[in-house]
Amino acid sequence: MDGQIAGDDTWTVAGRTFRSRLIVGTGRYKDLEETAAAIEASGAEIVTVAVRRVNLSDPKAPMLQDYVDPKKITYLPNTAGCFTAREAVRTLRLAREAGGWNLVKLEVLGPAPLLYPDMPGTFEAAAELIKDGFEVMVYCADDPLAAVRLQEMGCVAIMPLGAPIGSGLGLQNPAMLSMIKENVTVPFVVDAGIGTASDAAIAMELGCDAVLLNSAIAHAKNPVIMAKAMKHAVEAGRLAHLAGRMPRRMGADPSSPLSGLIR
Amino acid sequence: MRGHNRGMPGTVALTLNGESRTFDAPPHGPLSVLGLLGLLELDMRKVAVELNEEIVPRSAYAETWLSSGDSLEIVHFIGGG
Repeated sequence: MDGQIAGDDTWTVAGRTFRSRLIVGTGRYKDLEETAAAIEASGAEIVTVAVRRVNLSDPKAPMLQDYVDPKKITYLPNTAGCFTAREAVRTLRLAREAGGWNLVKLEVLGPAPLLYPDMPGTFEAAAELIKDGFEVMVYCADDPLAAVRLQEMGCVAIMPLGAPIGSGLGLQNPAMLSMIKENVTVPFVVDAGIGTASDAAIAMELGCDAVLLNSAIAHAKNPVIMAKAMKHAVEAGRLAHLAGRMPRRMGADPSSPLSGLIR
Repeated sequence: MRGHNRGMPGTVALTLNGESRTFDAPPHGPLSVLGLLGLLELDMRKVAVELNEEIVPRSAYAETWLSSGDSLEIVHFIGGG
């Protein structure tokens, strides 16, 4: 693995090829200026966006597109806040009309406080969306059977949680994520639960194709610096995965020769 | 002009994003989705419209006519994770 090969290290989802393996959300920032600065610092080429009612009393209010150019950054519309398959499908049909693309992030959530993926609702919505021509990146439980089933249905990326949305708990399930990854051939992305840079690095060391996070940057004391930290963490974790870590051993193995010591 | 004059001649009473709004009908012919977006001063390139829970393709805004009682959702992209 030399620098040249690392520089060519890309990943492809639904026929679109990206260099950055960090996907970031655009929510929970102080303002749109901070959103734009953090995305720039993160180096992300894909951002998730939500679909909401326009504030009709203030039609000239600045919009996200004024700060994050959809021609340069791939918008990935999500279904955050959707608790049924029907709401999720309606939301993404509107998103497709608003943006003109069909690559989407599906999430159908269970109730607060966990907002855990509702897998029956997720299956129902995924089937409807795929039938309707969408390319579905799917947020899901860390369930090996569900992951394979979603892939067989035609989902273009499998995105299990590392911990509940916005919890910042870090990966609670690294062994299970590794085992799920073994049976997934489409891009495998850890979505939700990342709290700090080391969490993102661990996800990449496990062999994930990318990491998706929002709160870990937006809720950091300094979001722009954390965005930069996440960029480096994802790159470091990816390189460590490609390099192949040394074996663990129970006991010391000195790096300096034990011969030639002074007596 | 605002109010709840559903069916009053010369006006169109709509539910927009869950709120009742009444508009003067255009002088020539009915109100279209395109006409409504103009009255609302919205940039049609940045929004999507659902009429009675059916998507209205952007290409059909000019020929999609509105009448009193119609319900519309007008959405756009905002920050989200």
